Amino acid sequence: MNKNIQFEVNDISKTFNRRKIFSDISFSLKQKESLVITGNNGSGKSTLLKICAGVLTPTKGKTIFFIDGKPLDNSYSFRFIGFVAPYLQLYDEFTGWENLQLACKLHEINDSRQAITPLLHRLRLWERRNDVYKTYSSGMKQRLKYAFALVHEPPVLFLDEPASNLDQQGSETICEIMKEQKQEGILIVATNDEHDIGVCDRVINLNVQRSISGVP
Amino acid sequence: MIRSTIASILVIFKKDLHSELRTRYALNALLMFVITTLSIILFSIGNESVSPELLAGILWVIVFFSSMSGLSRTFISEEEKGTVLTLHLLARPLTIYYGKLIFNTILLFSFNIFTVALFLIVVPGFTVANYGIFTITIILGTLGLASASTIIAAIIAKANTKGTLYPVLSFPILLPLLLTLINATKLSVDGAVLADAIGEFRIMISYMVVLTVISSFLFEYIWKE
Repeated sequence: MNKNIQFEVNDISKTFNRRKIFSDISFSLKQKESLVITGNNGSGKSTLLKICAGVLTPTKGKTIFFIDGKPLDNSYSFRFIGFVAPYLQLYDEFTGWENLQLACKLHEINDSRQAITPLLHRLRLWERRNDVYKTYSSGMKQRLKYAFALVHEPPVLFLDEPASNLDQQGSETICEIMKEQKQEGILIVATNDEHDIGVCDRVINLNVQRSISGVP
Repeated sequence: MIRSTIASILVIFKKDLHSELRTRYALNALLMFVITTLSIILFSIGNESVSPELLAGILWVIVFFSSMSGLSRTFISEEEKGTVLTLHLLARPLTIYYGKLIFNTILLFSFNIFTVALFLIVVPGFTVANYGIFTITIILGTLGLASASTIIAAIIAKANTKGTLYPVLSFPILLPLLLTLINATKLSVDGAVLADAIGEFRIMISYMVVLTVISSFLFEYIWKE
């Protein structure tokens, strides 16, 4: 995470089947800044998060990552982001370890063992690392997704409903991860959870579009 | 940069191979289709004598429909398992496309060897006079079918009626290739010399190159929508 990163969202709009989800959203985040996206169900929180992460194309507008001041080709943005969401699915037929090893290989991490081991210990998955993913409980699956998102130490972390399916201990670990990310990189969270909102510096409420402010 | 892209393509290919060996979705679909179709054809032929030219056409009908039933799995299974987002977060669109193309090519190549061997053994009256033309036709046919099937699979993976849409969309795209393949197979059965089939080979190579290049440009748009 030693590169200086900046993230810009310019006039983003999204329409699904002629239904406008949101329009003209713009914001910019620098290193050590965090943003929470709130809004009612169906307001487009997850859609906006996916657009920011580059996995969904906006109807209008664009997102740009700047690395050390230079704009990044969007097709390479995956190397700089981590993404966790309840709808993210890892490979059922692979073990927890194999899923993380796949991520390491594609992120070109040479020593995958060194990258994976501390994460699995921290997320209390070490004992189950050789079990097939489909045998994990929903909470374990959610924790493995965090390991998957953090294995390449991304400077930008996107979290959709970060504490879903987690027990008390899991929620505390995730809260620590969010705080660490906020101190070192960029954190963008989509949630309506009061506690998670409190962790972030700025809020964008999709019920009242284009309003970006400090924590209310 | 090129070395890293090739390494990522191979990782995607190995991931698909590993996944297929564990789940056997495509392998079972292809195997069942080949055996069922071949059995039906053998029952239908009975003691009748069918011309080798007609059998050449039947061979490619089996290959076409078995590839339709198996090769679409490469993208449909990612969509059904919900792992499309995971792939988005792991690699560039082009890397994913080429990884899946290599997987489909090797899968189809293995099955074509199996299908052709079985066809030569069990179908009476199908004898190849020029194995040079026949082998090149199988290789180029596999490459062409795999390149078309991969991009069509990516297109239909997001549709609701995947199963029916795949052969319907594939047929007009694959028709020029299938006609050329049947012609080249006929030449091999008739005992033509290699020079007679050069025109067919050129069409097959052009088809494969054009389709792969167009797919490389189109894939990112298909993948992100």
